[in-house]
Amino acid sequence: MSGRLESEPIARRDFLGLAGLWTTAIAIGGALLGMVRLPKPSVLPEASRRFRLGRPDEFPPGTSKVIAGQNVLVVSKPQGIAALSLVCTHLGCIVSKNEAGFSCPCHGSAFDGDGRIVAGPAPRGLRWLQVSAAVDGRLIVNAGNEVDPGTYYRV
Amino acid sequence: MSKSGIAIFAENLRALPRHLRESFVRHDRPVSARSRSQAVFSNLFLHIHATRTHLQSLRLTATFGLGIAATSCFIILLVTGVLLMVYYAPSTSLAYDSMKDIHFVVPSGRLVRNVHRWSAHLMVVVVILHMCRVFYTASYKTPREFNWLVGMGLFIVTLALSFTGYLLPWDQLAFWAITIGANIAGSPRELTDVLGITAYFDPGGFSKQLLLGANEVGQDALTRFYLLHVMVLPLAFAALIGVHFWRIRKDGGLGRPGIAQTAAGKGADTDPNLPTLPADAPTKTYGLMCVVAGKTAATDLEIDETVPSWPHLLRAELVVFMACVFLSVVLGIVADAPLKELANPNIPENPAKAPWYFLGLQEMVSYSAFMGGLIIPAIVVVGLGLIPYLDREDDPPGVYFSGRNGRAVALKSLLFGVTAAVLAVAVPVNFGWLRNWFPDISQLWVILVNPGSLLTAAYAAWSIRTLQKTRSTRLAAIALFTCFVAGFLITTYVGMNLRGPNWDFYWSQSDWPAH
Repeated sequence: MSGRLESEPIARRDFLGLAGLWTTAIAIGGALLGMVRLPKPSVLPEASRRFRLGRPDEFPPGTSKVIAGQNVLVVSKPQGIAALSLVCTHLGCIVSKNEAGFSCPCHGSAFDGDGRIVAGPAPRGLRWLQVSAAVDGRLIVNAGNEVDPGTYYRV
Repeated sequence: MSKSGIAIFAENLRALPRHLRESFVRHDRPVSARSRSQAVFSNLFLHIHATRTHLQSLRLTATFGLGIAATSCFIILLVTGVLLMVYYAPSTSLAYDSMKDIHFVVPSGRLVRNVHRWSAHLMVVVVILHMCRVFYTASYKTPREFNWLVGMGLFIVTLALSFTGYLLPWDQLAFWAITIGANIAGSPRELTDVLGITAYFDPGGFSKQLLLGANEVGQDALTRFYLLHVMVLPLAFAALIGVHFWRIRKDGGLGRPGIAQTAAGKGADTDPNLPTLPADAPTKTYGLMCVVAGKTAATDLEIDETVPSWPHLLRAELVVFMACVFLSVVLGIVADAPLKELANPNIPENPAKAPWYFLGLQEMVSYSAFMGGLIIPAIVVVGLGLIPYLDREDDPPGVYFSGRNGRAVALKSLLFGVTAAVLAVAVPVNFGWLRNWFPDISQLWVILVNPGSLLTAAYAAWSIRTLQKTRSTRLAAIALFTCFVAGFLITTYVGMNLRGPNWDFYWSQSDWPAH
């Protein structure tokens, strides 16, 4: 009759105690696990990375112009218009333009005129950004969208 | 005739100062051995000390007071930090102005800020020296392995405190140092990009976002760094320092030569020189005072070689504390903490240099962010932490370099370490590196084979060679530790003095191009 009870390895009191302990531990652990997600932002408070450049005829072939405040270089060539990010791919400093291309003030990465990595610790070349035109024909750069190097927007 | 109520009151009033004192201090004037012991162990703040201190532990060369100096700096930083918090506003639009207010308007604000800055620098120096002292005197050995780990934790928290404090002024220096630091946290992307798995597995992006609360350094980053700097890290530091002190006591006090130790940190259980305990004596108290033998916390004190901690140890600690205050205040009067222009996300400082103790790291980072900023520091930290567990030889603690052989190995390792570090800097400066030689080389090679990782490998090889030659893990540990100290010194010096705009090499700042 009491076969099942006899095979029980622990006393009822111990079982209830342990069950209570583990329930508490799992509840607290689960709650903590939920809370440690808090520091990971689910929404990033950033301004839009898209900005207007202006009319295409402001950038005749041959111009290259740094857009103030955006850290973007706009290059216009016969084959079209391209935008290069001036943020160094190494550790995020702003590269400056020189005769040979670009150089980074922080750790000496050097890039050629097309943003290809020439020397230094940067893991890759400068980012090329998407250029497009709005309905009114004005150019738009989307600094959040990277395109393949050598992509020119034909007006 | 009984006294009147007024008379009783007057009598109590007269006795008020005495009763106040007696309720506060529960022992006689600390002139006898007994009352001096009581002065220490009946006081919450003093009872982390043993009641008696070994004369060898009091010698200047035993510790140079470095641990107490680090604690002193921490106390100075707490006090000045709280004062700075009165005016500092952790917001991107107010932070810089409030720093200027503190510096130029607030009464004595300038001095408080300078002292805060200088004692922070002093603390980093002292913590590094303290670590060297503990290592070279073999004071990490059984039973002190765990306290070595706690010390490593304190070292890391110290550096984290400096790093988080660096952003708060919100000037150019702060902004770009933190941009670089946050991108180092994000540098595992270098590897995941090469392997093409960033879209699925992006630990770099995750840790960077966790640190900054955004993708760029902005208000969220400032909020987080402020929280870490004034709350999380100081609390962690205080907790760790408590454990550190407690373990010093539990591990048998400062290591010193000629002390027989067991794994439990206890010395010989009974010392025949001590008088035995009268049967009716309150065992615990007299035992703690180390006046008689009996049940005591880890002690094996030879009674005639110890002095009461009050006043001898406390006086020594006070001297160290005052020296730290003096040094910080004098430096704070002589030299101002820097405050550059307001942070400008469009124009980086050129050169953008981290504080001096991170410049060795920055030199490594200038070869590869992922290797130099994360992997090599991780190897160094893990390697340092494992030293007491991999070197199990029972050299007596408290002997510098563990004797003549150790001194010779340390000297040779210093030479090797300096030479290797100089080469690691000089070769890329003069001849370029992989990318200059093979322009189309895979990025994986650039990450893995750089002067920093080669230097680390050379140090490991040197240590293994020492181990093979001497068959002593202690000597191999001395070789490795000395090499890393040499590497740290050389790369820090190069980063500080020989790097100019674009991180180019210049022998002197006067050679920097004018701009």
